Amino acid sequence: MERRTIFPGWTLPALLLLPQLVISFIFFYWPAAQAIWSSLTREDPFGLSAQFVGLENFADLFADPLYVATIWRTLFFCAAVAALSLGIALLLASFADREIRARGFYRTMLIWPYAIASAMAAVLWILLLHPQIGMLGRALVRAGLNWDYQLNGAQALLMVIIASAWKQISYNFIFLLAGLQSIPKTVIEAARMDGAKGFHRFRTIILPLLMPTVYFLVVVNLVYAAFDAFGTIWALTQGGPGKSTETLVVKVYRDGVVNLDLGSSAAQSVVLMAGVILLTALQFRFLGKKTTS
Amino acid sequence: MRPRTDWLAHFVLILGCVLFVAPLWMAFAGSTQSAGAIARGQMSLLPNLSGLGVYGDVLVHGGPGVGPVWHMLLISASMAIAIAVGKIVISVLSAYAVAFFRFPFRMAAFWMIFLTLMLPVEVRIIPTYTVMSDLGLINTFPGLTVPLIASATATLLFRQTFTAIPDELMEAARMDGAGPWRFLKDIVIPVSAANLAALFVIEFVYGWNQFLWPLLVAANPNLDTIVIGIVKMIGIDNAIEWNKVMATAVLALLPPVGVVLLMQRWFVKGLTEGDK
Repeated sequence: MERRTIFPGWTLPALLLLPQLVISFIFFYWPAAQAIWSSLTREDPFGLSAQFVGLENFADLFADPLYVATIWRTLFFCAAVAALSLGIALLLASFADREIRARGFYRTMLIWPYAIASAMAAVLWILLLHPQIGMLGRALVRAGLNWDYQLNGAQALLMVIIASAWKQISYNFIFLLAGLQSIPKTVIEAARMDGAKGFHRFRTIILPLLMPTVYFLVVVNLVYAAFDAFGTIWALTQGGPGKSTETLVVKVYRDGVVNLDLGSSAAQSVVLMAGVILLTALQFRFLGKKTTS
Repeated sequence: MRPRTDWLAHFVLILGCVLFVAPLWMAFAGSTQSAGAIARGQMSLLPNLSGLGVYGDVLVHGGPGVGPVWHMLLISASMAIAIAVGKIVISVLSAYAVAFFRFPFRMAAFWMIFLTLMLPVEVRIIPTYTVMSDLGLINTFPGLTVPLIASATATLLFRQTFTAIPDELMEAARMDGAGPWRFLKDIVIPVSAANLAALFVIEFVYGWNQFLWPLLVAANPNLDTIVIGIVKMIGIDNAIEWNKVMATAVLALLPPVGVVLLMQRWFVKGLTEGDK
């Protein structure tokens, strides 16, 4: 929608935009361009000159079975986190949408965890699942399970999935509840009169109307798991034991910041950039659908 | 309408509440017990009220691997407030320019802000570090905050809100002789108050919960945020004093949770009506 009335002049608006544009340029665009440039070059062993090598860094990267394994692990991790978190949130939201006593209290109790940091989620789950001090962890050990996420890779992966999904439930709950509340009561009433009951009504009437919100959340959750869950993984396992919880972001941090392998790190950054551009484009596609429907 | 109590709904929702309250309760109960008992796995679910002194202890003296908790809380609070206020100020200004003026490259500027959404720090990690170090921003408070205050989401949200302000309001204001600043101050800001409040909560929590950024640009222990601090506390190899870890965890959660609870109504509305 275009405005009919506007203020004249262009110096004032240029000044108003300046701070945001300067920060975006210095800390976003310039480093991103640098990352792309260094992904296409290779430095000599002394770091004196850089030579343009085209896509060689990418060829090396995708020829590395460890990197390919990390891609698959990341995809699995993201899918598991999104499915677990959305599933539980959908269950809770559909019950919190019912007209029951104390529903305001329940909602508040499910909204506050939005404030938990990803790294804090890791700390709280360590306190629960640590094999020596955690209550659940000790119970698992007593039950005869060989539970130790610091040694067992599969258990470590399970634990970072649980902690990451747990932290995101609240965000999904807020959006799903808002989505459910925006479904006209007349639609639900009409379904009730037609005799649609319980789960059948949910599946055939409510869920289709909620799908735009769900699609939007799937993308948001994938982005969350791929990027923001770094805090949870780094605090919990730092990618270990071995490489069993190493996602692409953990690897780019370890290779670049810890091991200072700059060429590979730049190429990995560019691969991640492609991924996030794809996901953001999808997100805004679904966002458009969500707001117009 | 529905006289029968919906037991199933209560059951599921109580389970949901337990899922989030139980870990927090366990951290609180554990914080009041002796480090030795916890390490031996003899933690009780009942808090030992005489052990509450641990909170004073960590606030003033900190714990293994970290400085005093009051200092880390102060850094986190300053960081969260600086980021929230900074994001809101520069986003209001940019959105105002885009919504109420016409000038060359207006949409180009808007897209340039919008596309930063696709460049999270993870995809430009090493070059960003280089820029920070060239500008002398490593291990400084401005370095911790200023690069994070660019905000595509806040600018988008404000632009949407400002675009919905009716033309008539603007015409009336201009007939009364109000210039751009008066219009911003007297009309635009007051009618967007609910959005400002919502965004403050979202960005405060965002700032408080930062992890990768401080990890990258602030190695100096004097700039440890509480989130960085607690991860350091559990990261040391042995002699983890679990009661202190748990007390610090509780203290780290209180401020962001408090802000969300206090401003829940605006926050939920702003979050779901905006984009993110």
